[in-house]
Amino acid sequence: MSAPRLSPAALAGLLAVALLPWAVRLFLGDSEKYYLHLLIQILLWSFIYTGWSLMGRFGLTSLGHGAFSGIGAYVTVLLWNFAGVSPWLGIPVAVVAATIVGVLVGYPCFRLRIAGHYFALMTLALTEFVRLCIVGLRDYTGGSLGTQPKRYGDGLSLYAMQFEPDRMLSFYVAFALWLFGLYVWRHVDRSMDRYALDAASQDEDAAASVGIDVTREKLKITALSAAMCALGGAVFGQYQMYIGPDTIAGLGTSLNIVFAVVAGGMWAMLGPTVGAVFTQLLSEGLRVVIQSSGILKSVLGSAALALDSAIYGLLLVLFIIYMPKGIVGTLLERRRQARPARVARAETPPA
Amino acid sequence: MDCHLDIFFLEALLNGLLLAGLLALLALGLNLVFGVIDVVWICYAELVMVGMYGVHYAYKGGLPFIVAAALGIVLVAVAAGLLHVLVIRPVLETAPINQLLVTGGVLFFLQAAATMAFGVEFKNIGISLGSLNVLDMSFSRARILSFVVALVGMLALWLFLTRTYMGTAIRAIAQDRQIMPLMGVDSRRIYLVTSAIGGGLAGLAAGLMVLNYDIYPQIGLQFGPLIFMICVLGGLGSMIGGFVAAFVISQFIAVGSSCFHTEWGYAVAFLFFMIAIFFRPQGLFGAKS
Repeated sequence: MSAPRLSPAALAGLLAVALLPWAVRLFLGDSEKYYLHLLIQILLWSFIYTGWSLMGRFGLTSLGHGAFSGIGAYVTVLLWNFAGVSPWLGIPVAVVAATIVGVLVGYPCFRLRIAGHYFALMTLALTEFVRLCIVGLRDYTGGSLGTQPKRYGDGLSLYAMQFEPDRMLSFYVAFALWLFGLYVWRHVDRSMDRYALDAASQDEDAAASVGIDVTREKLKITALSAAMCALGGAVFGQYQMYIGPDTIAGLGTSLNIVFAVVAGGMWAMLGPTVGAVFTQLLSEGLRVVIQSSGILKSVLGSAALALDSAIYGLLLVLFIIYMPKGIVGTLLERRRQARPARVARAETPPA
Repeated sequence: MDCHLDIFFLEALLNGLLLAGLLALLALGLNLVFGVIDVVWICYAELVMVGMYGVHYAYKGGLPFIVAAALGIVLVAVAAGLLHVLVIRPVLETAPINQLLVTGGVLFFLQAAATMAFGVEFKNIGISLGSLNVLDMSFSRARILSFVVALVGMLALWLFLTRTYMGTAIRAIAQDRQIMPLMGVDSRRIYLVTSAIGGGLAGLAAGLMVLNYDIYPQIGLQFGPLIFMICVLGGLGSMIGGFVAAFVISQFIAVGSSCFHTEWGYAVAFLFFMIAIFFRPQGLFGAKS
């Protein structure tokens, strides 16, 4: 692996993110655990969102990624709880399992050219199938109540890959995963496959006629995307020390993944990350506002908890209508529009 | 896991048939909108949920049930019209997947709004039609009523689509979106009418749903995926197909639930759906494109 050349700005940005937990410790020491938890959530979901965007950017809108993250989390935890298999082995098994499922569903879809709405509905069926299997196997999975990985010792163990009590450590685990996600994204972005898939998403026949094996290309990106979501789901389970069919699998998870990426922007490297920051801050911010506001609480009562989803839903509608490229995409476009104008002016020869 | 070919198995089969009526009616409105406007309302089941709450509160407010159910139809038809004008129309010309995603935002919104307005408790309308006992088998009268109304609803829609000017225009625009506006058909109006009819059918289904199920804000997630499956499996625009698909799916659910746990019936139904689509991508009764 050749070291990717980073611009000074990117390096500074990465350093800033890496130092974030220390800033939290310094300035927000009282509620350090809470803020670190927030950062960890954002990074872990960013990784999963980035995995989804690998497919989403090529027009493969999957509602099946809740299935992949669910498989990742559940296979890992079940292997640990019932067979004593360390997550160091369990996670690769889970990732391979999710990849196989992705390819099994993807292959016929791509061969038969099931695309657009139909692909979305097909993958939605996959999500439901996996969720129902999780609930159905309640003797092992705890059904709809979810389950926990068995704690190993004091819950801090390299062998059992348990790191939840140490939030600092958890942050750097999530940070490493997030970096890996961005690396994969960049790698795909600069590969030939990206051009092939871009072409295929524009016009499949034309792409095939210039020698692109469309099915193969789509399968490759599906396998990669499914594997990333499974890995993200597995690590998420290890951090939360709890997995439930509604928190890491199921239609709700699938939709959350899709919408966060849409909000952030699926055609830019940092789009999914910004989407994660945006959705987490939105729901946490609203929660804090509601908790601290006596009026809202007395008017809405416990129903106030649903206010953030209502606003979230409304914002998504507005995003898709007015900003289909997402936050990052729109900002980049603005910048690009501003720049050529300047260049053109500079290059115009004096008359 | 006792699954024998006895009278209980027959009961499960027949109950599956009755469930199929309700599911087919639910799929009907979505099928119309999907087929004509080529838009998937991911929030379709949430529209049904809104209708269910409407019927519930209208009835609890003192209206006779039949009036409450009629109000439910109007309520959802208006909601669907608004959905089309406010949400779908602005993205009609953009990438098709945007139309699906935008209604996903509406799904979150409706679910959360229902939670805020009505709370998370399960609500029962408190009408019991009792059950019909034949031999040793028992069938819920509400299910039988749903089955009959579903058949009538489908017949009415079929007559509307084939016997009226508006119905003909709707079918025509479903066949060719580009040409029909040139023939003097106002596609904006047709889309709006289609959306309202689709909503009306959802409202009709909602009136029957409240007799069969408790209402809670997340009920859409329980039925939504099933409805999409039936729609696609039946083949777009094919009402017979929708009914057959509803029948097949409900048999998996009914027989699966009677022999195993409920989830396994559903799980097998979804698995069957995926495999069936691999063999017949256009659906059981869809025209080959």
